[in-house]
Amino acid sequence: MNCLIIDDESAARAIVNQLCKNEGSLNVLEQFSNAIGAIKYLNQNEVDLIFLDIHMPDFTGFDLIQTLKNPPRVILTTSDSKLAIDAFEYDCIVDYLVKPINLPRFKKAVDKARKFTVENNQETKETAESKEEAQQLYINIDRRLIKIEIPSINLVEAKGDYILIKTKEKNYTVHSTLKKIEEKLPNDLFLKVHRSYVINLKRIIDIEDNSVLIGKDVIPVSRSNRPELMKRLNLL
Amino acid sequence: MTTEQPNLNYIKELSGGDIEFEEKMISILRKELPEEILVYKKAIKNEDFKESAEIVHKIKHKISILGLEKSYEFAVSHEKELLEEQKEGNDKFIELLTRMSNFLDKL
Repeated sequence: MNCLIIDDESAARAIVNQLCKNEGSLNVLEQFSNAIGAIKYLNQNEVDLIFLDIHMPDFTGFDLIQTLKNPPRVILTTSDSKLAIDAFEYDCIVDYLVKPINLPRFKKAVDKARKFTVENNQETKETAESKEEAQQLYINIDRRLIKIEIPSINLVEAKGDYILIKTKEKNYTVHSTLKKIEEKLPNDLFLKVHRSYVINLKRIIDIEDNSVLIGKDVIPVSRSNRPELMKRLNLL
Repeated sequence: MTTEQPNLNYIKELSGGDIEFEEKMISILRKELPEEILVYKKAIKNEDFKESAEIVHKIKHKISILGLEKSYEFAVSHEKELLEEQKEGNDKFIELLTRMSNFLDKL
């Protein structure tokens, strides 16, 4: 894990650096005697873990955490055991080490940070995968299931017992109803503007009277659906 | 009752035989402690309790680095009393700082 040491005391920095060496799996990228220098570094570099002193002049360790949009994992190092309660307010803080720090306790804290990082990576991966799945729709055409990327759909038109799905690349005629596909499409992106049309709001080129232009298609907007359409537009 | 004596046990435990680290730590303590003692004395003289508590907070870590466990507890209470604008522990704290300085001078 790549880490930073932030502490206004040089003795404390030297000790944490030595503990990192002894631990074996930590790579100390930089050491900072104040929070300001560290913030600049953190805005330009990726760091897995920070060993952070709370009690620093002008800008405390807690101030630093609040300044960062996505703080990495933090292990607090401090002489104040009474500040531990405040540490629970921050999700990024994985442990709290009271000086003088010994190696067994240090290793335990690093193990916690490592576990947090692995769990976080797993969570991020799962969220990305489920988001990707939600962006796709499978349609049945001639007994084949064809995948369509939902954001690529321009509009869907009802045609009797069928629906016509128009995407940026291709059109598909599927045996289904407008109501069924409407349930599968995200509400924030798609809107029914007419009893026969569901449109992708992001694909609107212009709106004139009671019609919208999507690609080359002019789609009618029924009087009852027009207020909702106007509400969903970012009007100047 | 014997007075607690400064030692290098903690530094040696961390160093695991790394002489460079041991020398670095001793050099930091030798350089910074006299400066911090001056700041402390000046703050006490001026009755600047906030400043004196802050410097005791800094020195506190050095007390623990030199293995002075009981003295560390005393420093915690002295820092607290300074924040309450009391300085009864001042003489005892000065004596502790002198003990630490003498130890570092002899290394």
